[in-house]
Amino acid sequence: MTDTTRLSRLEAARVVARRDFHAILFSRAFLFFLLGPLFPIVIGALAGGIGGQVQRDANTRLVAVAMSEADTAAMRDAQARLAPQIGSALPELAATDSSAAPETILREPGRNYVAVVSGSLGRPEITAPADAIERWRGPIAILVAEASASDSRSYPEITANPVATSIAAQRSDRIRTAQAGQLLLFLLMMLLAGMVLSNLVEEKANKVIEVLAAAIPMDAVFLGKLAAMLGVSLVGIAVWGAVGSAIALLAGNALPQLPEPALGWPLFATLGLLYFAMGYLLLGSLFLTIGGMAATVREVQTLSMPVTMAQLLVFFLAASSITRPGSPLELFAAIFPLSSPFAMLARAAQSDALWPHALALAWQALCVLVFVRVGATIFRRRVMKSGKGGRAIRGHVGGTTSA
Amino acid sequence: MTRPASGDNRSLAIEARGLVKRFDDTLAVDGVDIEVPEGAIYGILGPNGAGKTTTLRMLLGIIDPDQGVRRIFGNDRPHEVAKLIGYLPEERGLYPAMKCDEAIAFMGALRGLSLAEGRARGRELLERHGLGHAVDRQIRQLSKGMAQTVQLLGTLVHRPRLVVFDEPFSGLDAINQGKLEVMIRALADDGTTVIFSTHVIHHAERLCDDVAIIAGGKVPYAGSVDVARDRIPAQVRLETRSGDGPWRAALPDTARHDAKAGGSHFWYFPVPETGIEALLKPLIDGEAGILSLSIERAGLHDAFVEIAGEAAARALAEETAAGASR
Repeated sequence: MTDTTRLSRLEAARVVARRDFHAILFSRAFLFFLLGPLFPIVIGALAGGIGGQVQRDANTRLVAVAMSEADTAAMRDAQARLAPQIGSALPELAATDSSAAPETILREPGRNYVAVVSGSLGRPEITAPADAIERWRGPIAILVAEASASDSRSYPEITANPVATSIAAQRSDRIRTAQAGQLLLFLLMMLLAGMVLSNLVEEKANKVIEVLAAAIPMDAVFLGKLAAMLGVSLVGIAVWGAVGSAIALLAGNALPQLPEPALGWPLFATLGLLYFAMGYLLLGSLFLTIGGMAATVREVQTLSMPVTMAQLLVFFLAASSITRPGSPLELFAAIFPLSSPFAMLARAAQSDALWPHALALAWQALCVLVFVRVGATIFRRRVMKSGKGGRAIRGHVGGTTSA
Repeated sequence: MTRPASGDNRSLAIEARGLVKRFDDTLAVDGVDIEVPEGAIYGILGPNGAGKTTTLRMLLGIIDPDQGVRRIFGNDRPHEVAKLIGYLPEERGLYPAMKCDEAIAFMGALRGLSLAEGRARGRELLERHGLGHAVDRQIRQLSKGMAQTVQLLGTLVHRPRLVVFDEPFSGLDAINQGKLEVMIRALADDGTTVIFSTHVIHHAERLCDDVAIIAGGKVPYAGSVDVARDRIPAQVRLETRSGDGPWRAALPDTARHDAKAGGSHFWYFPVPETGIEALLKPLIDGEAGILSLSIERAGLHDAFVEIAGEAAARALAEETAAGASR
């Protein structure tokens, strides 16, 4: 048959993709979708601020000194001399009434002492809960020793010879970059893959799916929908990226700087985008299959929960293999299709070899095609079972069970 | 299985042999054979759950048969000839946010028509079918009947050679059913092959050259409507003023008698082998008072009862009645 009698799979997918892309991009839902990440960021910032305040309140270093006036002054002088050398390892000191019992001082309302030092410089005592004693016994002993010293010690100036990095530091830094890359990839994928689900459920609710299935192969429908969603996702990422860059520019050095990955930022970012596309297509094709089998939003949620959980496990697998490049676990994470994008992005941060990425991308693309084909087959087998009147019933009409 | 009796040499638009489809432990379609000549109007007639939709879906390649082959214009992979086919499923569906002309153009694009061409043809079709004012309206703003018309036009926008309708009359009022019948005839006049499923015998009887009667996933008859009707002998319908008399001896013993309130009597019996003329003299001489005398050909409903059985016919009648009351 000549090609005048049908669309090619790619042409058919393009027709579906174009419709979906325009429909989503120019919908109000897309605006909410763009604002989507704002909510977790705002909530995260609020939670972080509150958490930080709580942490600061909880981690006070204030130690009460319930000693004679002379001993207290000596302790304060010692703290002032040692602080430039040791810094936050030393407690902050507050003078209190030496006649009060240490237990009473610790229970004083409005105070926030972690421990009380009493007695004298010759026989110091520390009163505090066991873990605080463990934490502060050493630093207080140093302070008491410094306070008791008859001569004033001097501390030599140490000449500093800074180097750009060491192997250990570089590795540690790149692991940070790898972790950040994986986390970003995971968050983006989870945020965006859900759109595929809702799109197909909507399609089924509109009852358009049979029109599509009759006109073009089901895998072209799936591919078109995935491509449209990917396009919408990339638009979303571009918008978020632009906003993020603007914020970074405005914030200057206030934002934390990530160490440069092994492949350099441009190549790392390109690979990140490619791995996002592959990971998204892989997860999207799974969700699409699930969405195809489900009749209602509730069914979709029920069916997609195991996949979401599995994806979380896959992320943990890839994340845990970051520190063990070349290990069987890391190799498995790089080969298993759903974890491969995460594991390979971590590699891009840590290793400058390019060929594994070419291999991995080809493998992931192949897996996308297989997933789409299997999903389309399952869809056709399980979904288009019956017409409006006969909902795959088990009954006999004219001697045969009927649909 | 009765062979088609069209008896012409037209090539086949659809040919299906031994189609079987099972869903889990449910046998939906059990060995369906169908031949649809090009240019014919073909009906698949049967009650709900008989396997009509599953059969159509297999013919279109939406689902694959477990056994058997189907060929559309000689091609056993229906998607390969998708541009030649138009399909209106029973469950109508359009994107609610799309404008009418865009919806038609999109359906055309799925069958290979460029969007620009589809939009232009869509506007023309909408205009021709009285929906010119709705070109720029979104589907969600249309009435159900208007939306159905838009989908129907989308099915035809790429000018297919074969149009497949699944229960096209369901949900339409009498006026729109009439319009659809006219449209189907016009398509056939233009050489387009039309195949539709229905559980309403009258539509099949009025429109179709050939039918497949389907019940319980099987097709006990596929062929011309005329041949189906001829399976039941024609019968004489006699109306008399008198209810009894010596003339009664001229009627066969098996004649069914039906007395009417107005005083007339109806008699039904097979056409005698000697012909109807032999009856006339004894009836006149015996003063039966002939009010009317006719030879009635069996309808498709009688043929359906004979072919598919009382149970299937009852189911069909109930669905038709339920459809009419909706």
